[in-house]
Order: sequence, then structure tokens, then C-alpha cells
Amino acid sequence: MAYEGIITRIGKEKLTEMLRRMLEIRGFEEKIRFLFLEGEMPGTIHQYIGMEACAVGVCSVLEKGDVIASTHRPHGHAIARGLSMDAMMGELYGRATGCCMGKGGSMHMGDLSKGMLPAIAIVGGNIPVVTGMALAFKLRNERRVAVSFFGDGASNEGAFHEGLNMAAVTKAPAVFVCENNLYGASTSIKRALKIENIADRALSYGIRGDIADGMNVLDVYEHAKEAVDRARSAEGPTLLELKTFRLCGHSRRDPNNYMSDEEKEEWKNKDPLPYFENILKNNEIFTGEEIADIKQSVERSVEKAIEFGKGSPEPDPADIRKGLYVTMEVPE
Amino acid sequence: MRMGIAEALRKAIHDEMERDKSVFCIGEDIGIPGGYGGAFTVTLGLEKDFRERIIDTPISEAGIFGAACGAAIMGMRPIADVQYGDFLFCAMDQVVDQIAKLRYMSGGKLKVPVVMRAPVGVTGRGAQHSQNLESYFMSCPGIKIVAPATAYDAAGLLKSAVRDDDPVLMFEHKLLYGSKGIRAESGSIDASSDIPEDDYTVPIGRGIIRREGQDITVIGSLLMMHFSLQASQMLEGVGISCEVIDPRTLWPLDLELILGSVKKTGRVVIVEESPKQGGVGAEIGMQIAENIPDYLLAPVTRVAAPNTPAPFSPTLEKLYVPQPERIADTIKRLIEEY
Ligand SMILES: Cc1ncc(C[n+]2csc(CCOP(=O)(O)OP(=O)(O)O)c2C)c(N)n1
Ligand SMILES: [Mg+2]
Repeated sequence: MAYEGIITRIGKEKLTEMLRRMLEIRGFEEKIRFLFLEGEMPGTIHQYIGMEACAVGVCSVLEKGDVIASTHRPHGHAIARGLSMDAMMGELYGRATGCCMGKGGSMHMGDLSKGMLPAIAIVGGNIPVVTGMALAFKLRNERRVAVSFFGDGASNEGAFHEGLNMAAVTKAPAVFVCENNLYGASTSIKRALKIENIADRALSYGIRGDIADGMNVLDVYEHAKEAVDRARSAEGPTLLELKTFRLCGHSRRDPNNYMSDEEKEEWKNKDPLPYFENILKNNEIFTGEEIADIKQSVERSVEKAIEFGKGSPEPDPADIRKGLYVTMEVPE
Repeated sequence: MRMGIAEALRKAIHDEMERDKSVFCIGEDIGIPGGYGGAFTVTLGLEKDFRERIIDTPISEAGIFGAACGAAIMGMRPIADVQYGDFLFCAMDQVVDQIAKLRYMSGGKLKVPVVMRAPVGVTGRGAQHSQNLESYFMSCPGIKIVAPATAYDAAGLLKSAVRDDDPVLMFEHKLLYGSKGIRAESGSIDASSDIPEDDYTVPIGRGIIRREGQDITVIGSLLMMHFSLQASQMLEGVGISCEVIDPRTLWPLDLELILGSVKKTGRVVIVEESPKQGGVGAEIGMQIAENIPDYLLAPVTRVAAPNTPAPFSPTLEKLYVPQPERIADTIKRLIEEY
């Protein structure tokens, strides 16, 4: 049976958690998409629908002390890393209970105490930062790993080049996860890159490059595990490219008119959720009913998070001037 | 024809590209069929008429502004843009160390006629998509800075910028674009104007009096110009007459206009959307204080954001950005005290 080996290795408990997290991301994103379109949710959003296997596959191999950094599209990474959906919803509504106390918003979701840097919305901006976090682990001889998530588009920023090269020469315990969803906003990767595989760029830094199927959480898990294990054992950084796709707009109300119908259709058929569910059913990990039960429970958690977010108190006006400096008040 | 800022800029860029073959646009997502026409629709559809000269780039701001610099030195007239002004920091070396300085370093032998466009404004996106960057560049010799508050000025200044032989940085406000469709902004303010069919320019370095008054001069650009006008209307009822100045160009400042007005009113409030520290108001205020101290009946006063990054929470954001009420209160207090 396909995937039998890896399924046994991962074990039912972890598989359950992986499925649940993927369903949570999907449920969370679909719900807030609706709230956003209804005008109930403030700000702007970049959603992770279709890319769930990437965040969940990678985060499933991480340990407690590891740290991830994300982008303008952080909801999936946050859920996969174990942030509470309540705190995330609080943040989306800009409330005092949010994971960044309402100061960050959708694009800066994160909580360092949970192993996730507040997301950096400057494309490519988190890459050198992750190199630095990894360097700190190395300098202190800690067996921790820092993981950067970024997109295909980010690989064309100067920060990518500098961050990867520096990680290479310092042998920092970092993993650079490039979620290649074939578009940077409306721009097809074909317009922005003359090579097919971003992983090939690893060659120019003298580090390991690898590619996984970003629509298959088990494949992501396997490749991520190797990259993270290597980083942890001081074998240096990896550039891990995940081939994936957005099954949603780039941001806000984007209808993806720059994608062809065939392309959209082709990727819709690779939706990582039914794909994973089928593997689990075929391997008799879960029955259809059991999966339906998990889905129901996820739906309830998302509803509860929305209630929590909406019902949370607004930040205090005095909060504006709090949390900027460690050592002084904000001068007038 | 009545146009919003996005539309008026689109027409102005179109006119300039038609007039001069050396004009080209370079930026991210600016001419992708089925795309957005830049982050706020300014270049929407221009690729249909000028495919070769609408250059969609990878996400590489240093590349965009560096390439614009090089092309300009070699005789082209690039219009380079960032999707949000905040990303200018990724291109800072090219803008501040190359574009602004190459002419001077060459002993005045070369020129760098680049136009740079950057949307600013605190608009529900959090700290990294909200910055008003005017003061960063006001402290950088070598660049002219324009900041239009109306569609008429946006188109007229864009044309002047393209025809100018020096680098010009144009700040545009997200809430003033009047972008339509999926790129529409909530909380937008109408900044549309009647745009003449015939060619016209608005000169760089010239401000404008948006409303005449006797008691106090209120200076604000972009969104803050509109909020200052609203504050003035509120104060009309209590018998306070405000003169509202829209600088339109932030470097070089139209000191003649500004000083002339403050000489008349004797009081001045400078309104800015960014933090007060080292801000636009610091420069304008000091110019006034240095040049016409004897005319001042009251301290030069600023209304600005707190000295912090922009918070995401809409409740905090509303307190962060100077609102018309806060501007009006400050003016009222100043008039009462002095
Ligand atoms: C430095 C910088 N430039 C431009 C942007 C605007 N922007 C936000 S997301 C995005 C596309 C990013 O593409 P990619 O890295 O592939 O990530 P994806 O959105 O596909 O997940 C762009 C251009 C930005 N946030 N930061
Ligand atoms: Mg992408």
C-alpha cells in the first residue's frame, strides 16, 4: 500500500494532529475569508488555502525550542506551529487578547513563546533574521533549529541572497523553506525567474537544495525531517523548495484573473486535504466517519475562536505607547 | 473629465509615454494581464498600449531603483514604483546613495531624471505597510519630493516630475487614490478633480492656499490636507478663520507662500500623519521660527502621530492618526491661549 512505511513511522497520534492542523487552517481561512468579505473583519488578509501541507509538514518535524519565521501569509504557519486560534482571532480583530495584543494584525501574526517570530510582511525580510536566530543557537551550542518560510517571489530579493550565503558560510542550523506557489502576487514565476527549480539556487551558496511535493503533507514531512535533522546535527542549512499553489486569491478580494482556468483546475485537483484524507483512509488510519468527526470538532473550535475574538476587549488607548522600548517610555 | 488620483495619474503617465519615447515604467505587478495595475491600479491597462515600456519586475526593489538610476543616467526617463512606500527601505541604498548623489559626485556632469512613486498612509495594515516616509527623504539632499492631495495636482506634478532633470519622489496616499474594484480602499476620501483634456503641469516647488483665513495657518499634505480642511470647517462655526496650506512639494518647500501666510495670521499648526520625532513639521516649523520669529503670536505647533510605529488595531489606529477633531481642538486651544 502506498505510504505504508512513512505512515507507520509517523504513527497515528502524530498523523491525527497533522490532519487536524490542516483542517484547522482550512476551516480558519475559509471562515475569516467570509468575515472579511462581509466587512466584519478589518485590515487586509493573505490566505493559505491550498498550501496547508507545507506549514503542517514542516512544523510537524520541529521540536519545542525551534523557531519559525513567516511572511505576509502567516495564518497557516501560526496554526501549524501551535498558536491558539483564539489568540489569532483576537489579533485579527485587533483586540487586546490577540497574540500581538492587537498591535500586529494579520500580517504580523506570531508568538515567540510558541516558537514563532511575529511574521515579517516585507517580502524576503525574515530570511537574514532566521540566519541570525540560527547563528545564536550555534554560538551557544544549543541543538535548536530556525526555519524561514518564504515564497518563490522572495527568492528574488537581495535579502534572500545575503541571508542564505551567510547561513552557508557560518553553517547556521537553519532551514529555508521556499513555498513555490508559482506566483508572487499577480506575477507568474515564469516572468520572474529563468530557472524552473528555486532549489537549484542552493548550488550557488554551496548548501543542500531539495524539493518536495507541497501538496502532499507526507512528502513535505519526510524532506523537512531530513533538512531539520541535518541542521540540528550541525551539517548546515538546506534550501527546501515546496511545489505548491494558492487555491485562493493573493489578498483581499483578488479573483486570480491572471491565472488560466486550466491551471486553477489542475491544482484544485491536487488539493492537499482530500489527498491526505484519502491516504489515511486507504491505510485504515481513519474511517470516513472519524474524519467527519474531526472536521466537526475543528469547525466548533473555529466558531469558538471567532466568538472569542469578537467578544474580546479593545486595547486600552494608552497601549499605543506601550511596548516600544525596553528601557524607556516613548518620549513626547 | 472627473477623475480620481489613480485614474488621473494613469492618464498623465499615458500622456507622457506617448509624448516621449524615453519614458518607461518599472515596478512589481504593474502590467500583468488580468492583474491589478500596480498595488493601487495606477498603471492598469497601460501595458496594452506600451507593452515594451511597462516593465514588470521580480520582487526586487533594489533592482528596480538601481535599474531606474542606470537607465536615467543613460538618457531614459524611468517611472519606478514600490507597491507600498515602506518597501523603499529595501531600495534605500540605490535611492539615497546612488540616485540622490551621483550627479553631485560627478561634479555635476551627469543627471539622474528618475521619477519614483510611493504610496503612503496608515490604512489598516499594521506597522510595515503604513509608514509616511516624507521626513526620511526630506533629510536627503539631491531629491525633490512632491505629495499631491488632489487628482489635478497628482497628474500635473507627475508630468512635471517626468520632465524634470532631477530625481523626483512622489508620495501618493492610499486613501486618496479613489482606486476602484477589488483594489478599492475602505475609508477613502474623495480627492477627484476635473482633469483637462489638454496638457498641463503643476510646477514643482509651488504650494497652494486651499482655503483663505485670518486667524491661523494650518499646513498639511496628502490626507492631512483634507483633514485640515475638515477641521477648518468645524471651526468656522465657532468663529475661527483658518488658512489651509497644501505644500504640494515638500522639497524644495514653497517658503514664500508658507512664510507669507504665517506673517498674516501670526499662528501656525503643522499637521502630519507620521510620528512627530524628526518629522516634516520639524523642518517646516523651524523654517518659520528661523525666518519670521517676530511675526509669531503663538508657538509653532505640531499635530502628529505618537512617536511609535503604527498599531494594527483599528481603535488604536484611529487614535494614532491625527483626526479632524484633534486638529480642530489643537487650533482652538492655540487661539484661546494666544
Ligand atoms: C519588499 C516587499 N516588496 C513587495 C511587497 C508586496 N507584496 C506582498 S506579497 C507579494 C508577493 C509575494 O510573493 P511570494 O514571495 O511568492 O509569496 P506568496 O505571496 O506567493 O506566498 C508582494 C509583491 C512586500 N510585502 N514586500
Ligand atoms: Mg508565491
